[in-house]
This record gives sequence, C-alpha cells and structure tokens, in this order.
Amino acid sequence: MSGFLLRRTLQAAAVLIGVTLVVFVLEHLIPGSLARAILGPRASRQAISAFNSANGLDHPLVVQYLDFLWRLAQGNLGYSYRLNRSVGSLVISQAPNDLILVGLGLLLALAIALPLGILQAARRGGAIDQLTGAATLTLYATPSYWLALLLIAALSIGAHLLPPEAGQGGGPLGLLGDPLGLVLPVLTLTLINVAWFSRYTRAAVIETLAQEYVRLARAKGLPERLVLTRHVLRNSLLTVVTLVGMAVPMLLTSGLVVEYVFNIPGVGLSYYTAAANADYPVELGVTVVVALLTVLGSLAADLAYALLDPRIGTPSDVGSKP
Amino acid sequence: MSSALKGRRAGVAGLIVLVALAGFCFLGPLLYRTDQTQANVALTNIAPSAAHPLGTDANGYDVLGRLMAGGQISLEIGLAVGILATALGAGWGALAGLTGGALDALMMRVVDTLLALPAIFVLIYLATVVQPTVPLLIGVITLLSWLAPARLVRSQTLSLRTREFVTAARAAGSGQTRTIARHILPNAAGTLAVAATFQIADAILILATLSFLGFGPAPPTATWGGMLYQGTSYLLDGYWWEVYPAGLMIVATVLALNLVGEHLRESLANPARTL
Repeated sequence: MSGFLLRRTLQAAAVLIGVTLVVFVLEHLIPGSLARAILGPRASRQAISAFNSANGLDHPLVVQYLDFLWRLAQGNLGYSYRLNRSVGSLVISQAPNDLILVGLGLLLALAIALPLGILQAARRGGAIDQLTGAATLTLYATPSYWLALLLIAALSIGAHLLPPEAGQGGGPLGLLGDPLGLVLPVLTLTLINVAWFSRYTRAAVIETLAQEYVRLARAKGLPERLVLTRHVLRNSLLTVVTLVGMAVPMLLTSGLVVEYVFNIPGVGLSYYTAAANADYPVELGVTVVVALLTVLGSLAADLAYALLDPRIGTPSDVGSKP
Repeated sequence: MSSALKGRRAGVAGLIVLVALAGFCFLGPLLYRTDQTQANVALTNIAPSAAHPLGTDANGYDVLGRLMAGGQISLEIGLAVGILATALGAGWGALAGLTGGALDALMMRVVDTLLALPAIFVLIYLATVVQPTVPLLIGVITLLSWLAPARLVRSQTLSLRTREFVTAARAAGSGQTRTIARHILPNAAGTLAVAATFQIADAILILATLSFLGFGPAPPTATWGGMLYQGTSYLLDGYWWEVYPAGLMIVATVLALNLVGEHLRESLANPARTL
C-alpha cells in the first residue's frame, strides 16, 4: 500500500519534469528568439544581447533549462512584458473567477449526474434509460461553445430572460455581484459535465450491479432502493472520486471556451487574449499551471482510490472511455 | 435483447449518417459548384434563396457550398489523425507491454507527460508560433492524441503476452517486431477499431474548437468551427443560416461517430449478438 503511494508519487514527479521539458522546448519554438518576440523587430543588436544576458538566454541550453526549473520551483511562472506584470500574479488574481465558474459547473453537474447515472443503470434498457441516454449522448457530442450559443440564442436573444455576458465588475465579487450573468455560463458547463459524468457513472453502476455482494443483498430480500443506496451508491462513489481527478483537463478546457464566449475575466480568457497578442510568457506559464493541476488531479484520483478501496494495488486504467 | 437491438439500430443509423456526410462533402461539390476562395462583397449576408439555398456569409461565400468544403477538411483531418494516432499508439503500447521493465516504465511516463499537457492550450500556443496548415494540424493533433490507444493496447498486451500462443511464438524465436505484428496487434484489432472511431470524433472536435477560437487553418480555408466563429457576430441580426447549419454539422458528425464506436464496442463485448 505505502509502496504504491510512494511509486505513484514518484511517477507524478517524473511526469512533472517531463512537462517542464516539453514547455521548455515549446518556448524555444518561438520564431527568431524570445528577445525578438518581446523587444520587436526593430530592436537593436545591443538591446537584444543585453536582454539575452539579463535573462540568461546566452547560456547553454542545459543551463537555461535548469534555470527555468529553478525559477518554477520558486513559483516564478515568468513575466509578461505586454501586461507588465508577472504571470503568477495574473493567475492568482483571476483564479477565483475560474474557481467559481468551474467549481459551480462541477458541483451542479455531480448533483445531477450521479442520481441520473444510477437511475439509468437501475432501469437499464428501459424508457428512462433510452431517453436520457440519447440526451446525454447528444450532449456528449456537443461542443461547449455550440451549446453556449444555443442557450444565448434561446434564453437571452429569444426570451430576454438572461444576459448574454457575465458580470464585468472585476474580481470574484464582480462575478458574484451579477448572479444573473453567471446563469448561462454555469448552465453551459453543467450540461457539458453532466453528459460526461453520467455516462461514466452509469457504466460504473452497471458494473457494480453485477457484483456478488449486490446479488447477495438482493437474494436476502433487501428492497431495491436500499440495495442501490447502501451497496451500489457507496461503491460507485469510488469511480466518481477518480473521475473528478481525471476530469481536470476537460474542465479547464471547457472553462477557457466558456470564458471566451461569455467574456468572463478568468485565467482561460487571459490565455486566449495572450494567444491573440502573441504574449508567449503568459501562454507558457498558464500551460505549466494547467499541466500541474492535471498531474495533481490524476495523482489525487489514484491516491484517493487506493485509500478508499484497500483491495486496490494498482488502479485500473480509468482514463479510457466507459 | 431490446437494448442490444436498439444499440445496433443506433450504430447502423450512425453509419448511414456518416456515409451521407461523406457523400455530401466529397460528391456534393461536383454537383453544386461554388467559389469558396474568392470573396464577393456584392453578395454578403444574403438570406436563403433559390440561388443560395442556405444563403451567403459575411464574405459572400455560399454557405451550403462552404459546409461541404469545411466538411472535407474535418473528415480528412479526423480520418488521418484517427489512423495515425491509433497506429502510433498501438505500436508504442504493444512494445511497452511486451518488453516490460525499465523501458515500459519510461515509455509510459512519456505517455503520462503528453497526457498532462492540455491539448487545446498547446494547439493554441503552437498556432501563435506557426501558421497552422492542414498537414501541420494532422501532425500536431496526432502527437497529442495517440495516448489513449497506447494505454489500451499496452493493457491488452499485458494480458496477451502470458497466453500460450504468444509464449510459444517467442520460444520459437519470434522477435519483438514479428510478435507484435503477427500475434499482438491482430488480437487487439477490435479494440483498435473502437479506439480509432473515437479518435476521429475527438480530432474533429479539437479542430472545430480551435477554428471557433480563431486559431484554425487561415482563411479562405473553410472549417465548420470557423464558420461558427464568424456567424456568432451575426447572432443578434438573425442571420440564422450563418450559425445553425455549421453547428449542426459538427454535432451530427461527432454523434454519428460515437454511435458507431459504441456499437463496435458492444459487438466486441458480446460477439454472439453481432449481426
């Protein structure tokens, strides 16, 4: 057990090193050089070499990479010359908005998807399963921006019920200060997540229902409702814990798209703006943060799985589709 | 029984939709000729009429013809990525699973590392560094997509390599490449077909998202995501033909691919029930 924890943590550390290596390579793909990209095409040779020596860019690549690692280890994500602020402070100031948006979308989705998945599995092949299954399958194939556009067209432009843009007050209170503006973005994320989570939950519950302890519980005459809540729900929760950890990249990617569509000042929208302005340091810094969260999410998923289910030595491959 | 039958019907329906889509995108332009490269300012934002069944967009392109052109790119990139990513993943996963030990650990950490990189973020970054072209997109999306099939094939290889026919072949002197090509991959063919189907759907979604955000192939290349990106500006003006058809094409294609993949998977799980 502790051997598994140690091995899994070391693996995550190795993956993090790999990620920094890839990001370092990505940084060196910038055409010309970072100095040219930041100082502009008309910068003098002296200015370029001054910039390079100030930032250690005249060192050998290995030294540059180790410098980069050392800065990351100190929490330094780089500096945006375009915004004239550090990438770290940008991420920290906007992360609360992402937390509200992505967090609400996740919690609401779990509140809907768990009961829905259990219901679908319990009535497998029945009318409810067929109908909701068709709905979630369609949602699963629906890109978040397309769903967002449909919701805006129907509820904002058509029915004039909700604003098509989130609150622009700035800061977390700005987002929460306009609750109506949050409805459509959160609804979009919730529906997209429900499609994802309910499909996995349904598959997990169907698997649990076939286990011997469930058959025993039924055989001894336990009412179906108790079988589902006491035996099936508890064991299927294991899968859900894993799912949330594994869902990090999906959640953050749909977060970026939804922030773009509804103009929500979060890290995702900053990434988009940075890309539109060729603000490489912000792009690379945010990529490192997203990759770090992804690694931590999958590590947390595996560790939680191992802690909750003592039978588990090596968790099965839950990254694949149900 | 009834659910298996319905699954089969859904799978067949998905296949029919895919064939119809391929016909629409690749044969359609032969019957319905439109100019999708030369913008025409005299024809901007025209509502559907006999001359333009789905109207024209802000650049004067015929929307029906543009849906066909955009579909070609989607299907080409999707298919290419599906095949390349599955092949790469299969080779990688089989080699790692069959060899085991330190090489397996190293190869799987490479998979984990690429899996930790957020695909859309990386693709957006690359689009700011180099102008994306179709071959470049196929290459980069493939490099970010072969990871799921690699994991699947590796776990299948781990169970196959202890089976008698594999042990016998290796004892008889079958080398690594031959064992993988003759014994492992043929037995993983079903899994690979399912994986490839979902890869195509995912690649089409990635391309659409990238184009919708404005980081897809440069204009005048047509993409469904790009059409949606441009049409969004006219949502308030009621130019529905510039928004809904492109979105519906994306959903229909991805849904059809998922239905076919789902059916393939079910047929694999219950071979007795197939056809």
